Amino acid sequence: MSDAVIETDCLTRKFAVRGKGRKVVTRTTMCAVDNLQLRVSPGESVGYIGANGAGKSTTIKMLVGILVPTSGTVRTCGLDPHRQRRQLAARVGVVFGQRSQLWWDLPVRESFEILAAIHRLPAADASARTAELTEQLELGDFVATPVRQLSLGQRMRAEVAAALLHRPRLVILDEPTIGLDVLSKQRLREFLVTERLSHGTTLLLTTHDMGDIERLCERVLVVDHGSTVYDGSLNGLAQTAGSDRILVLDFVEATTDLTGIPHTKHLGSEVGGARQRLSFDSENTTAAMVLAAVGERAELRDLTIEEPDIEDVVRRIYQARR
Amino acid sequence: MSHGTLPVYWRLFVAGFQQQTAYPLAMFGGLVANLTFGFLKVAMLFATVRAAGASVQGYTVGTMSAYIWLSQGMLGSINLNGRIDLADRIKTGDVAVDFLRPVNVQLATVATEAGKAVFALIPRAVPSVAIGSLAVGMTMPRTPAPYLLGAVSLLAGIVISFSTVYLVAVVGFWLIETRGIQIFYMVVSGFFAGLFVPISLFPSWLLAIAQATPFPSMMMYPVDVLTARTTGAAAYGLVGVQFAWLGATLLVGHLLTVVGRRKLEVQGG
Repeated sequence: MSDAVIETDCLTRKFAVRGKGRKVVTRTTMCAVDNLQLRVSPGESVGYIGANGAGKSTTIKMLVGILVPTSGTVRTCGLDPHRQRRQLAARVGVVFGQRSQLWWDLPVRESFEILAAIHRLPAADASARTAELTEQLELGDFVATPVRQLSLGQRMRAEVAAALLHRPRLVILDEPTIGLDVLSKQRLREFLVTERLSHGTTLLLTTHDMGDIERLCERVLVVDHGSTVYDGSLNGLAQTAGSDRILVLDFVEATTDLTGIPHTKHLGSEVGGARQRLSFDSENTTAAMVLAAVGERAELRDLTIEEPDIEDVVRRIYQARR
Repeated sequence: MSHGTLPVYWRLFVAGFQQQTAYPLAMFGGLVANLTFGFLKVAMLFATVRAAGASVQGYTVGTMSAYIWLSQGMLGSINLNGRIDLADRIKTGDVAVDFLRPVNVQLATVATEAGKAVFALIPRAVPSVAIGSLAVGMTMPRTPAPYLLGAVSLLAGIVISFSTVYLVAVVGFWLIETRGIQIFYMVVSGFFAGLFVPISLFPSWLLAIAQATPFPSMMMYPVDVLTARTTGAAAYGLVGVQFAWLGATLLVGHLLTVVGRRKLEVQGG
């Protein structure tokens, strides 16, 4: 059991919430993380999802020693995170998507040099690793640019490089793709896949983006009100939560409601039936089969397919439990 | 400190120094303000010296001028406003990132801030002293000893100002918003540091209060050593007092960090 990268036992964190009533200040306790049992083995890639306020960030902050648990235990890379914070920092790399670890006024390259010094990397090692990351994350064009002048996509790539500079065994990414465009997301994911393959890094990531999970994670944890409500594979998650895709169909003219197409559900019509929404079960049918059936009834002008977003999946899991 | 610790904080000091080079215009603005208030101090304090008959508490016009321009020049480097980035980082939760690094957060903060402060000596202290000296003249020592000890005293003063302001910021672990304490600090610190008048012009009871605080160690003592108002054993004594305050503020800051970290609730998710 001792070789786990992350191991928690009844991990709990409560916060005092101060509310202001009319005259009195009330103090209530909010349980952000509730008896969390979690074990992550070396080399695993775990997606940690849940609604806002479900306790994901609080968990991460306890895993890396920023927050003290109210009760229960946590060990990360074999260390007690709060007591051995500095030793742990050498073994873990963290990206908080909404916070920067780079030096705002200095060129990106300078931030890497400072971080290399902080992590006491030998000079040769630091420059080799910096070169490797610069190439793989395509930072070359802007390593000499002050961080404050970078675009969000550029900065996030630099943030990831900064977190990985010291070759951490465990990489924790808290919303790494938040606000990124499709291309930037894709690049970042490709990099993370390569990095895992070549270095055997353990990955824990929180996200609201289903694409992140699909491309990066073998194991998914869904958390609700501080406790785990699902722990398993992505396929299993889809089976539990349903794997409906939604087709938005635009027709040349007003069309009667498209009910009765096999394995689909008519969700609604707009503009007198000129736009209709159908959900279909991708386990049993395909978009092509549905479109063929639709084409027999009316002339299509345009269509879009909506993937289920993570909120939907999470909501369905939450609903299924209640 | 384990082997290889010093280069880490030295690098953070250098990082602070480099960061400060990013805003030359702000530095220039600071210099203009320094000079304006410098000439205001000249008008008032020269009048005081002359009214007292060429000397007050040992200050002549020449040594008073040296006090004025050195203290004005140091203003860009000695933190008397009570605010450092850490206070904002605690308020926004960015302090989480600071705790992700394998460093002592207190020493890292003080090293970075001191780096910024030492850079500010170049665009603010040097021109301030040069312009003041050209405009109204000043009496400075003619031997190297006061300058050598003065440099140590000045560096100590800079670091003490940040190790003390760190105490204000770290109270944010409990209070989150520390602006009230910061403003109180700002009001008290300049006065006791000897920014407005040399503390030796204070009545004795007020002087005793000032000497019981770390504030004279930030500005008054370095000025006294640099201008050779205090020399010999007494000068070493002042530097000794500075190092005592440095040790005390770092120790209290360390304890507050250890205890406060348990109270920390990272703001903003």
